[in-house]
Amino acid sequence: MKVPFSWLKQYVDIDVTAEELEKKLFDCGFEVEELIDLSAEIDKVVVGVVTECVPQEGTHLHICKVDCGEYGHDIQISTGAPNVYEGMHTPAALDGSTLPGGVKIKAKPLMGIESNGMLCSGEELGLNDDLYPGAEVYGLLDLPKDTVPGTPIQQVVGLDDYIFDIAVTSNRPDCQSVLGIAREVAAVLGKPLKMPAIDYTESDTTDPRLSITVEAPDLCPRYIGHYVHNITPGPSPRWMRRQLALCGLRSISNVVDITNYVMLEIGQPMHAFDMDTLESCQIIVRRAKDGEEITTLDGKEFKLTPNNLVICDGSKPVALAGVMGGLNSEIKDTTTQLLFESAKFARDNIRKTARGLGQNTDASSHYEKGISEYTTELGMARALHLIQELDCGEVTATHFDCSAGAPREGKKFTATISGINAILGITVPTEAVLEILRRLQFEVTLEADGDTMQVTAPRWREDIEIGEPDLAEEVIREYGYDHIKPTFLKAAQVTTGGLTTVQKARAKAKRAMCAQGFYEAETLAFYADADLDMLHIAADAPERNVIRILNPISSNLTIMRTLLAPSLLNVVVDNLKKGNNDGRIFELSNIYIPKQQPVTELPEERLHLGFAAWGDGEDFFAVKGAVEALGTAFGAEMTVERATDVAWLHPGIAAYILCNGEKVGVFGKLANDVTSELKLPKDSRSNQNIYLGEIDWPKFYDLVPKALHYTPIPELAPVQRDLALVAPEETECGTLMAEMQRACKQLTKVELFDIYRGEKLGAGKKSMAFSLYFQPGDKPFAPEEIDRFVKKILGNLKFKLGIEIRE
Amino acid sequence: MEEKIKELRVAIEQAGAAVTNEAELSEFWQKFLSKNGAVAGLTKSLRDVPKEDRPAMGKTINEFKTWAEAQYQALSAQVEKAALAARNAAETVDITLPSKTRTTGNLHPITLVKNEIVDVFSGMGFEIYEGPEIEDDDHNFTRLNVPKNHPARDMQDTFYVAEDIVLRTQTSGGQIRVMDMEKPPIKVLVPGRVFRSDSDATHSPMFHQMEGLVVDKGITLCDLQGMLDKFVQALFGPEVKTRLRPSYFPFTEPSVEVDVSCFECGGKGCSLCKHTGWIEVLGAGVVHHSVLENCGIDPKVYSGFAFGIGIERIAMLKYGINNIGLMFENDLRFLKQFED
Repeated sequence: MKVPFSWLKQYVDIDVTAEELEKKLFDCGFEVEELIDLSAEIDKVVVGVVTECVPQEGTHLHICKVDCGEYGHDIQISTGAPNVYEGMHTPAALDGSTLPGGVKIKAKPLMGIESNGMLCSGEELGLNDDLYPGAEVYGLLDLPKDTVPGTPIQQVVGLDDYIFDIAVTSNRPDCQSVLGIAREVAAVLGKPLKMPAIDYTESDTTDPRLSITVEAPDLCPRYIGHYVHNITPGPSPRWMRRQLALCGLRSISNVVDITNYVMLEIGQPMHAFDMDTLESCQIIVRRAKDGEEITTLDGKEFKLTPNNLVICDGSKPVALAGVMGGLNSEIKDTTTQLLFESAKFARDNIRKTARGLGQNTDASSHYEKGISEYTTELGMARALHLIQELDCGEVTATHFDCSAGAPREGKKFTATISGINAILGITVPTEAVLEILRRLQFEVTLEADGDTMQVTAPRWREDIEIGEPDLAEEVIREYGYDHIKPTFLKAAQVTTGGLTTVQKARAKAKRAMCAQGFYEAETLAFYADADLDMLHIAADAPERNVIRILNPISSNLTIMRTLLAPSLLNVVVDNLKKGNNDGRIFELSNIYIPKQQPVTELPEERLHLGFAAWGDGEDFFAVKGAVEALGTAFGAEMTVERATDVAWLHPGIAAYILCNGEKVGVFGKLANDVTSELKLPKDSRSNQNIYLGEIDWPKFYDLVPKALHYTPIPELAPVQRDLALVAPEETECGTLMAEMQRACKQLTKVELFDIYRGEKLGAGKKSMAFSLYFQPGDKPFAPEEIDRFVKKILGNLKFKLGIEIRE
Repeated sequence: MEEKIKELRVAIEQAGAAVTNEAELSEFWQKFLSKNGAVAGLTKSLRDVPKEDRPAMGKTINEFKTWAEAQYQALSAQVEKAALAARNAAETVDITLPSKTRTTGNLHPITLVKNEIVDVFSGMGFEIYEGPEIEDDDHNFTRLNVPKNHPARDMQDTFYVAEDIVLRTQTSGGQIRVMDMEKPPIKVLVPGRVFRSDSDATHSPMFHQMEGLVVDKGITLCDLQGMLDKFVQALFGPEVKTRLRPSYFPFTEPSVEVDVSCFECGGKGCSLCKHTGWIEVLGAGVVHHSVLENCGIDPKVYSGFAFGIGIERIAMLKYGINNIGLMFENDLRFLKQFED
């Protein structure tokens, strides 16, 4: 919201500087995002009087002597401007001066002739005809003869002003106008507000043919129309043009300028229809018919639906309500009679129309934020007053006011001073509360108990809804938040807090992963089908049952993830591209599983622990070690089972992770066909050594022991025997170990310490050497007991697997 | 005989000086000190000494033998020391070669900040609750006093997955879920992921928030500031203070924006605080009566406050990170900087 300082001063006697006002507005809830000093771009440019003006023969130049008051009475400046004359008062940019856009002016010869500065045009000062009449004249800016030489030019051309760019919170649409901000300024400075004049006199003229009907009162709770005739189009007065220009609007003509001016000043979007174009002098506010068309003032054509509200004449739409008028009823230079519209439209409907059609205007922006009915009345009255003030038309007696029946007074409620203070936690003196509320134009009557107040909120404050908390906010923002004295839950009861066991376990899992050299990653919870494609996830795989975002911001972020692996693989690829050739990462985050398609209820959110490891130092067993360590951290045993059916993992180098025998996840080397398609330089793709894994966290956590329990330590040390077995190449170590343990319950630990292949063994054979540890109970084993165990183990291996001891 | 001893002493001294290793030492022992060695030979030749001289000579020979053995002991120690030195030299490594240990990983800065905040509030008696990330319209908006068509819905660009199901735009919905389950006194912290359809240098479509809620009898705005003072001091240092200023959130009334005095410059003004001395860190306010009512809590009896912290924002401030995108790129060179 941009508000010129000079404009604010029309309504409030501001006796503080712009900087001080900025601070005061900030304290009462209006952050000035930018305080624009209009004079700041210009420096050392002053009023100069041309005392001598000699044309330089053979050039287009004039050599001037310029009186710049205290800066020198006889400064020589050359100019090429044709309109220079002796006695002219014109802006002189002195040596070392600055012009808008950072232009620096220095004394330097112009076509060989000494020139100690530059005489300026209006344009060079950043002016236009609206900001300063005559600014757009070709040549030098001709200033009035009463301007005093040496006066800084900003003071003469009205650039000694500030623009406050104010952030208005969405609960305060009443402050989306100069008057709205002025109300706050008056309140915060404790000054009276001078309301803009809204008086006007209706002539006797009426036009009985005119009618206004609101057929959609739900979308148009208030519609005020007034007929004005004998329009005399022409330019607007200087003050109006300047104020519009300061807010960035160009002047068009008096009638159009009035509508824009009222929107800026009061916050009420106004519209004027050329009466001569209205079929049968009718105005009908209704929903558009399906497929109905309108061409708006800017020439754009729209096809409408019943969700759009239109203003129609007897036969066709003449305006897109709250957004823009129709080209067919536009005010022209030839317009002689018009109908003013000041209306309140449902903000949600205007928002949907403006967004849906991509037609966002100043008017729609005001309506989306919200217009009060008070503003609607005030806007019309102000526009009619301006018609008379500018003497550009006759305000007739034909006036319409269609209302859905909202009350014409502010909200009334009862509140107490003590209630306000109870919210704040401090005691604001009663007089201060009353004074602040009255300053904000609340009507307040204090009852005899000195506590209860009967309050009527200002009509424009539609944000006031629940009484005391609203008033508490009004009071404290004016009284000052620095009066709040911090206390530490003075009255509250003591509560226990902290993480739950489940939450602590997740924190522990993260630490366990860190201990294995994994860095925690944080990736977006959504990706695209392409990310599942990257992992070769089959079209009918459960991971393809995804939740789709209906309004994605990017084609890369369209589905909620069902697997962490694609996100982590993307991180690996990004790191490889950046030259991070090895690393380990993990993430403990949700995946999302829809309960039905299309989604009608909240989906299942399930935590997964995903991890990735890459680089020369990694192999399957390094990662397996990390998985086992995670199990150990939770007192659970992690075992593996070959996984050949996971699309994204190498069928020969992948395993399901079993926790206490139950499948909880999977990990392994990234499948070769996936690796070869990674978005990496072609020559580096095939060499990549990437491992990925994913654990279903709740499944794992359910299986781990929850309480620690002590098992007595055996008093005797285990007895070790080593065994070398010859087995066919395809025999898995785990099979042998499991079979050995099955054969003998005293065998508490088996460790593989060597694998040998050689000619002596024959092709397709390997020798695996194990250390076997037998745990004695109370008594030590006799040597023949151990021999018996070994015999039993070997017997079992031979019987079950046909495997024998190496001779 | 005495002459013989003298010669042998010279021989031993000369041979000893030549011993440098274990083999030579052994040779030395064989030659002089073994059963058949030269020193033993002296004892044997005692027979040739006249009987009356034997005791004195025997003593001399014994003294000489002790001396010779001492010579051997010294040589042995010397050889052993040399051997150790040689082995040490041979085993010496280049200690500047790269180390082999795998370094431990570390947590993400978002987790670090989250943990830190959780610790502070856990100590104040706050429970930690995590609501669903995919949330219904009711919890994300309506019951937070943001009915359909409310302009505040425009404050947040919402991702929809169904007509009434959204990716939660704020952790504030956790307030409602907690108040549905528990009655006052309530102190709860709701950390989690939130989503908004916005993406630039300061916005990510996914980020993290931490909602705090206190509901009890007699809770005031003063309590809010008191608690937030403790929080920011724990996070940014004991000298830091808070400043409240008016703001607007649909679910609190009054609503405030909370600034902390700049922990970089102490409030004097620097580039971090954009020369204002203050840094905006969170939004807060007194829980709106409608929100309490929506959860069956009587606002005439109970009151409360709520606050919402942007975790990325705190992390960026605390660690001097200038682009939120870095948080989700997971470049190892970034992640490795947050050892804690």
